[in-house]
Formats: sequence, C-alpha cells, structure tokens
Amino acid sequence: MHLHKYEKIWLIFGIMALIIFLSVVGVSAFHQGHTPSGGHMKIDPDKVSETAPFDQPGVYEKEDGTYEVIMVGKAFGYDPGKVQVPAGKEILFTVTSSDVVHSFSVVGTNVNMMVVPGEINHKKHTFQEPGTYLVICNEYCGSGHHFMSTEIEVVEQ
Amino acid sequence: MIVGQIAKGERKLALANLGFAYAAFLIGTLCGLLQVFIRNDALTLPGWLDYYQVLTAHGLLLAIVFTTFFIFAFFQAGMSRTLGSFGRKVLLWNWIGFIVTSLGTLLVVIMVIGGQASVLYTFYAPLQAHGLFYVGLALFVIGTWIQGFALIGHYRAWRKQHKGEFSPLFAFMTVATLIMWIIACLGVVAAVLFQFIPWAFGWVDGINVELSRSLFWYFGHPLVYFWLLPAYMAWYVIVPKILGTKVFSDSLARLSFVLFILFSIPVGFHHQLTEPGIASFWKFLQTVLTFMVIIPSLMTAFSMFATFELRGRELGGKGLFGWFRKLPWKDVRFTSIFIAMAFFIPGGAGGIINASFQMNEVIHNTLWVVGHFHITVGTPVAMTFFGLTFWLIPYLTGRRFTKALQKLAFIQIISWSVGMLLMSTAQHVLGLMGAPRRTAYTGYAHDDALAWFDGVLSNHVTMAVGGSILFLSASLLIYIVIQLWWIAPKADVHQAESFPIASSDVSATPRFLENWKLWIGIAFVLIAVAYTIPLSDLIQHAPPGSGRFQTW
Repeated sequence: MHLHKYEKIWLIFGIMALIIFLSVVGVSAFHQGHTPSGGHMKIDPDKVSETAPFDQPGVYEKEDGTYEVIMVGKAFGYDPGKVQVPAGKEILFTVTSSDVVHSFSVVGTNVNMMVVPGEINHKKHTFQEPGTYLVICNEYCGSGHHFMSTEIEVVEQ
Repeated sequence: MIVGQIAKGERKLALANLGFAYAAFLIGTLCGLLQVFIRNDALTLPGWLDYYQVLTAHGLLLAIVFTTFFIFAFFQAGMSRTLGSFGRKVLLWNWIGFIVTSLGTLLVVIMVIGGQASVLYTFYAPLQAHGLFYVGLALFVIGTWIQGFALIGHYRAWRKQHKGEFSPLFAFMTVATLIMWIIACLGVVAAVLFQFIPWAFGWVDGINVELSRSLFWYFGHPLVYFWLLPAYMAWYVIVPKILGTKVFSDSLARLSFVLFILFSIPVGFHHQLTEPGIASFWKFLQTVLTFMVIIPSLMTAFSMFATFELRGRELGGKGLFGWFRKLPWKDVRFTSIFIAMAFFIPGGAGGIINASFQMNEVIHNTLWVVGHFHITVGTPVAMTFFGLTFWLIPYLTGRRFTKALQKLAFIQIISWSVGMLLMSTAQHVLGLMGAPRRTAYTGYAHDDALAWFDGVLSNHVTMAVGGSILFLSASLLIYIVIQLWWIAPKADVHQAESFPIASSDVSATPRFLENWKLWIGIAFVLIAVAYTIPLSDLIQHAPPGSGRFQTW
C-alpha cells in the first residue's frame, strides 16, 4: 500500500503524540496513584441502612490521621446531609446508593464519583482551602434530580 | 430514466426513511429549544409535561432516530446508485426493516409522551420504564439489523457477479459501517432482552446494574461511530466529486474504515471511568484502545486536506494557502460539509480529553459533555447530513435545488454554526466550572452555582441564545426540505440533481482490505481481550439485584 511521504510524517507525528499522551496518563495513574474513583466491594442495595459501614454514615477520623466520609445517595439527597471535614487532611469518600444511580460530585474539585446501587465507590481527596463546597448529583435520578445537592464545610484545623 | 438515477422502488424507500428522519428532527429540535428556556427559569411547562420527558425526547429523537433513519436513507440510495438496482427480495426486506424500525420508534415515543419512560436515552437501571419501552428499543435495533442485512445481501449478490473486483468505495464503507453496527448492537440487545425486559415485566426481581451499564456502553461508544462513519463516507466519496476530482487514496480510505471496525467497539469503559465495579487496569486498557481511533481519524484529516490542496492548486491556487481560496465556497453542498469538518477539530480534541482516564473526572457528567456532543454529532455529523440533504432530496424527488433555495441553505448552515458555536462554547466553559448536565433549572443556592449565570460565554443565557438560533436554523431547514420534496420546480434532464460519487483508483489497493472474515475475526479478538474478564467479574461477583424504581 502506497503512503505519501507527508502522510507518513503526519502519521508518525500523530502516533508519537499518542504514545506520549498515553504514557503521561499511565504514569500519572499507576505511578503517582491518580486513578479515577473506583472500588470492588459489593453491597445489597436493599439493605444499605443495615450494612456496615453505611448503617452509620458520617465522618470518621482514622488512626493514621486521615478521615473517611461515609455517605449514602438516595432520591433526592445525601445521608448525612451536611458534613464538616478538616482542610489539609486526606479524606476518603466511601459512597453507595440505596435506590437508583446518582453521583457525588464536589464542584471545583476532582471528586466526581458515580454512585451505583450494589457497588461501593471510593475516592481520596485533600481539600487545601477551607470553605463551603457544593456537592451535586450530576447523574439523572428522577424528577427531583436538580434538587439533589448538599454542602461540605471544610474548616481550618 | 435519467442517467445515474436510481430505480423508483429505492427512491420511495429512501424517501420514507428521510421523511421519518426529518419529522424526528423537527420535534427533537423543538424539545431542545424548550430545554434552554427551562434551564434559565424562563419557561414553565404545563402540568402534563416535564423537563425530563422533554430531555428524553430530545436525546432519542435527534441522536438516535434522526441519525439512524437518515443514515439508512443515504445507504439505500447510495447502494442502489453504486451497485445497481435492488432485487425484489432486497427491496422487500429493506421495507420490512424500515417498518419494524418505525414501529419500535413509535412505541418508544408513545411511552415517553405517556410519561412511562422518563429514563433518558441511556435508560440506566434501576430506573424502570414501562416494559413496552424496552420492547420498542429492541424492535428498533432489530429493524436496523433487517435493513442492514438486506443491504449486505445486495452487496454479496454484486460480488458474486463481479468476482475478483473490488467493490465500489461507497459500498465497501457501507458494509464496514453495518458490520460495526451489528456487532455493537449485540451489547444493548443482550441487556434489553436478558436484563431489562424480564425485570421490567416483573418476571425477575432484580437487575445487575453495573453489568447493564457496561453492556450499554459496549454499544454506546460504537453508536457514535455509527453516526460518524456515514459522515466520513460523504467526506471521502461525495466531497471529491463535488470538487471535481477523485478520491485521494482508495487504500487509505478502506484501511481507515477497517480500523474503525477494530477500534470503535472494545472501548466502552471510557464512559465509565468514575464507576466502581471495574478494575483500573481494564479502564486503562480500554483508554489505550480508545486512543487507537485517533490513527484513522488523522488519516481522514490528511486525506481531506490533501484533496482540498491538490484540487485548489489544479484550479490555479498559488503560494502556501492560495489553493484555499480556489475551493468552491459558493457551492453549499461543499461549504456545509467543510464547516462540519472544521467543527470536528475541537470536537475530536475534546473527545481525547474526555477519554483521558483521570482527566475524565474534571468533566464527567458536566455540561462540558453536552457541549462535546453538540460539536461532534450535533454539527460535524448533522451538518454533513444537511449538506447531503440539499441534493439527496431533489435527486430522489426529481425537483430542483433552485438558486433561491441555495441562498436559504447558506443562511441555514451559517445560523446553525453561529448558534452551535455560542451554545457549545458556553456548555464547555460551564462544564469546567462544574455545572452538571441533564438538570432542569439549576438554582443551587451556592456562589459556585450562581457564577453559572454570570459572565459572557460562561452563562446559561448564552446557551439559550445559541439554542434559540439553532431552532430558527432547524425550522429553516425543515422549510427547505418541504420545498425540495413537494414544491420546488421539477427538473428536466439537464437540470437534474446527481448523486455525486467520486471515482476511486483501486489499482494499488491490497486484496486483504476486503477480506471481511479477517477484520471481523480481529474485532472479536479485541473485544474478547477487553471485555471477557471484567464482564465475567461483574457477573460472578454480582451484588443482589436492584429493584424497580420510578422516581420521575
């Protein structure tokens, strides 16, 4: 098959760019640990309120000084409603849904998690700046979808 | 009969598909207009209609119905034009397929209007629509399969009679697109038949949500290539003819379509990057495979601009960019498609951002995504289809695309471009600021959310201005379609519109490019590598199923 010289140059340039892009993404993901939210634990979506840790959702300080926020999404809100966490500390968000698919998305951050019934999703994040952060559901969940929001209060430690 | 004219049976068939497509286009764009006003709190719908019904209709009618029916009209007319008239059986099965597709569509639309299916076009479980909604979806897909197999049958008959010859490029590309579509639909058909229908009718109690999402996206990404490839066909085969030249390279054109069969399917996880239940490794592997479609995309871009430059120079263009001015800008059939291509440059770049693994978190499910598909399917694909409509309808109806209509067509494509530029830029910027997609009026009481109504481009109002211009443009297009269909003067032999097909030199094209068994085999190997382990993991480690929810 005949390839024009300029086309060869163009394709080599494109493929090199591709390799560089993918290397950057790959190194950032697997060497520096910047992977999108995920998790492999399952839960009975009908028994969320009876299953640990979602039987007692809330904010917990762990032994190593980091925090875990355990949160349940349900039409059309979050449980617990408003939470308070410290600035500068690593927060592990642990979320699931007790009904349909939602999201847990903190505006202005990279916390943008799908909340899927039957699955438990995790994401680590450190808030550097204190303030009030808006949390919204950005996956359609029903007639009240656009009312589904809450806030996270990030306070100076 | 006029030379190059196709038989009456195929003309009727293609017009039936086009009629359905433009009816959907009219209602779908009206829904879009309603949405931008509701999102600004400037319109309240009557009690029997709600935002999410309108949104479901907008997505389904434009992204699925308009595109699919248009594509089949284009394929049917083009296959008859390049391979010769359909036999009786091919024509009959095409009609049967069209009827099944239409019945499925009507069933879906009735369920949506009846308020039984406000589940958006992604119909994510465990939101549960009426069982007949899923039956409608299944019929829709089966109908497209029937039409697809009928067209493939026509192609096989041609090859039997032309042993040792390459098929015409148009037919080759049609078959490649159909093969991709048929393989892609297996995912959504499996989900609908084995998961949604038994669950929605109450025969089983639970549904495996993450599995259904994965099967949906196995279909959902090649779906976008199903829209795009027919546009590429127009770029590769139709545009050179309009320019008065031939296809730049037959083998490159065929190779790029083959690569799209291979790399547009095993990539669905890049729509699910922020979801639990799929290990990072598999998400990353599919990210890599997703990026492979950049190669045929770059090949296409090269071929297009090589064609333009070579032809521009032939016409006397001098210097580095002189050829650019020599292109036939006054021919709306060309200018529309050129603008469509130009929109695809930021569209494609945005797609690379979206699929870039962790970068996806910045934009996932924000308005950015809405902006993205309005400058991919909403302009490159849709405006290519407009550009085809301008000659395809008069070609089929035997009328003339008059000077006056050509002027209107220019106003139509320019207003569409301006409207889309305003709306999609606002959507991209708002998305970066965190504004979510798929929401009615976003009146969150927070400074970050109030900022979505400030600014010039970063404003929901800008989006509404763009959306309104788009609706005016859509109405103008409908007017042009009606003119070309029923009102414009009849063409005589000399004025008749032609179906432009550029000649393509196959002398240097290698044989293996038309060896479908080879490409289908490799496609299935790639799919098996990308999906077997993560899907069996989702099945084996399934949580108890989810019940049925109607939260609208």
